[in-house]
Order: sequence, then C-alpha cells, then structure tokens
Amino acid sequence: MSRIIVALAALLSQSMPTYAAEVSVAVAANFTAPMQKIAQAFEQETGHKAVLSFGSTGNLYAQIRHGAPFQILLAADTTTPAKIEKEGLGLAGSRFTYAIGKLVLWSKQPGLVDDKGDILRSGKFQRIAIANPKLAPYGAAALETMTKLGVLKALQPKMVQGENIAQTYQFTATENAQLGFVALSQVMSEGKIAQGSAWLVPAHLHAPIQQDALLLTHGNGKPAATALMNFLRSERVKKLISTYGYDV
Amino acid sequence: MNFPLNQDTCDAIGLTLKLAALATLILLMLATPLAWWLSQTRSKWRAPIAALATLPLVLPPSVLGFYLLVAMGPHGPLGQLTQALGWGVLSFTFTGLLIGSVIFSLPFAVQPMQNAFEAMGVRPMEVAYTLRASPIDAFFTVALPLARPGLITAAILSFSHTVGEFGVVLMIGGNIPGKTRVVSTQIYGHVEAMEYAQAHWLAGGMLVFSFGVLLALSMMRKRVGQVRP
Repeated sequence: MSRIIVALAALLSQSMPTYAAEVSVAVAANFTAPMQKIAQAFEQETGHKAVLSFGSTGNLYAQIRHGAPFQILLAADTTTPAKIEKEGLGLAGSRFTYAIGKLVLWSKQPGLVDDKGDILRSGKFQRIAIANPKLAPYGAAALETMTKLGVLKALQPKMVQGENIAQTYQFTATENAQLGFVALSQVMSEGKIAQGSAWLVPAHLHAPIQQDALLLTHGNGKPAATALMNFLRSERVKKLISTYGYDV
Repeated sequence: MNFPLNQDTCDAIGLTLKLAALATLILLMLATPLAWWLSQTRSKWRAPIAALATLPLVLPPSVLGFYLLVAMGPHGPLGQLTQALGWGVLSFTFTGLLIGSVIFSLPFAVQPMQNAFEAMGVRPMEVAYTLRASPIDAFFTVALPLARPGLITAAILSFSHTVGEFGVVLMIGGNIPGKTRVVSTQIYGHVEAMEYAQAHWLAGGMLVFSFGVLLALSMMRKRVGQVRP
C-alpha cells in the first residue's frame, strides 16, 4: 500500500511539479524549428512550459512596444533587443547572442542552385523571394548580398517579398518562387540540407546575422523566464542550435 | 507632418482602385447569371452551389490565400492550367491578385442580386412570357431593371470589399510595388516598420472612403427604393 502511495506521489510530482510555470517567448521566425525543440527539452528538464509566438523581428518589436506581455525576446538581430533595452522594456545587462544565423540561397528544385550562386547572374528563373528587408534581418542580409554581387538592379523585377522569413520559405517551398533567400535553419535537417539545392552565402557578403536574446520587463523576477534564459546558454541547447546550421 | 503622398503611395492607391474596378466588372458578369440561376432553379445542385458561392464569406483569408498559393503554384491545378495556356505562374502577379479578389468578393456580389431576383417574385417574368418575350429578352428588359437596387448594392459591396482585402493579398501578392502592393498591405508595412505618420494618412483615408461608400449606399438604397414601383 505504502509503495503505491509513494509511486503515486512520485507520478504526481513528475507531472505537476509545484514550481511549474509558463514563460511566454517572442521568437524570430527563422528560429521556429529549433525553438520548438528547445521548448520541449526545457519542459522536460525544468517542468516549465514555454509558450512561443513567432513573427518577424520588426513585427515582434512593434508588439512589445505596444504592451504585448512577452517575457523573453529571441530576435533575429542585435539592434532590436538593444533598442528595446534602451527604451526600458528589457532588463539591462540580460542581452546575449544565442545564435549566429546563416543565409542560404535555396531552391526546392534539385540542381538549380549551384555552389557559387552563379544562378543569380544567369537570370534563369522567374521569381526570387526575400524577406521584407525593412522588417526581417535575413531580408536585409539578402539585399546586402545582392548589392555586393552587383545583381540587385537586374533582379529587382523578379523579386517578391515575404512578410517574414517563414513566409519567404513558404513562397519558395511551394515553388511559386523558384529561388529564395532563406535561413539555413529552415532547410536543414539532421545536419544537412534536406531537399532541393542551395548555396550557403559566404559570410563576407553581408553583415553577420547575430541573433540576440533579451529578458523583457514582464519576465523580470519570473523563475520560468530566468530558467529559460539560463537554459538557452547551456551546452545542451548550444549543441541543439548548431545542428540547425547556426553558429553559437 | 510631411504629407506622404509619394510615388509608392500613389502607386498603391492607383493599383487598389484598378484592382477593385476590374474585380467588380468581372464579378458583375459572373455573379449576375449565377444569382439568377440560384434564384430560379429547383435543381438539387442549388444548395451545394449556393454554399460554395457563400464560402469565401466565412473562410478566413488565410485559408483562401493558402489554397490559392498552392493552387497557383507550378504544381497546383491552376498553375498547371495557366502554364499550359502559356500564361506562366500567376502568383505574385496582378492577374493572380485579380483572380483572388474575384473569388474573395464573390458572395458580396451574388447575395444582393440573388435577394433582389427572389424578392421580385415569379409574376413579372410570367407576364413578360405571356407577352411573348423570349427568356433572354425578359431577363434584360424585366428582371434586370427590377433588380437594380440589388445590382447597385452588389457593385458597391464588391468594389469596397476588394479595396479592403488584405489577407489574401498578403499571402499571394509578394509585396511588389506597382504590381501587388495595394493600400491595405502598404498600411500594414508602414505599421510594421513603425512609420506611423504614413500609416495614419493611409488608414485615415481608408476609413473615410469606407464610411463614404456605406453612407452613399444607404442613401442610394432609400432613393432607389422610393422610385421602385
């Protein structure tokens, strides 16, 4: 009998840890896939539940500035978290780089994209999708890359914009656009490009896409938020993030 | 505050008006026979077709946008058809947007006309037939003039609903200036980029426009209603 009670108690404490809490996280769209994995691992390890909202960094910034109750921001750049911190909506000194993103020119069609990106000069495609450069850092990096390569003017008529990098991927994955500048994390699975063809844009062609995390004022003093900020810096998470093609 | 009527904004306004005008024209041509058929038929297909024509009213634009994107893509049914016809892929083009708008606003054209045709009753047409008018003749000289308030409502609602369209455009448009960037997506872009001054101008303009349309509509209804025999 007592054994059963102990077992029951153990079961209860496992499924409903007394310290379990929720933390709401605003996540840049490019980090969707890894963050879902991280949230699972986080819940396993701490019992806290991470509630995730995805969007372009610009979009998330606007929401935070207008009172969205997010506790943590995982941005796709460094300027947005810095700006939020300066505006007093984030905790000073809590900012750190959780990942460095990589831009990739991707097509669902195998063999279309060569490993030097010469396809951009050939013009042998109808549409190329990028994320809105005003809102999404991956879009800005794509624009910078095309400018440096001197192909921006020629490609302008073929360019379509996704509202964020997730929509840009969707345009490319449905082949409404043959080419798209997307995040490597979106097309990578188990350490390699899952399908189609891709050109990993060399780092010197655009400013590094450093992605910063920030503890927002709504998360200040909340144990679950603090736990997630620490968890993001753990070796386990770093390893997970790097399998999605980010530098950490 | 600097007045933001720059090239981009003018393009967006012009494009929106062009899209709405063309969509309304196509809708009137498509929806008039459809509404007439729905109002007259006793076919077993009436109910499913009426439901289908109303569907865009209740479906979220994201559902419509998603299906349109997939259907218009190179492997979708619509995309394969347009490619076979040599038109290429229609997503991210004005034509693609026009098709989306027509589907999206279809119930706004069909419903008022169908109501008007139904309210007319069978009597006027029967009288026309006894006077030996052909069905087509009777339709154009009797049914259409009698359904005029419904026609006007349908045209105005189609136009304004297309002007106010957002979700579908966002999903199949690709935000191309001068081609697929309409006023509603332009406003969204301004808000997202924290350009509130520009957003205010455009959003305020939209508000005034929509109010004006609805006001005109209700005033016109009253007037046309009075004239009606």
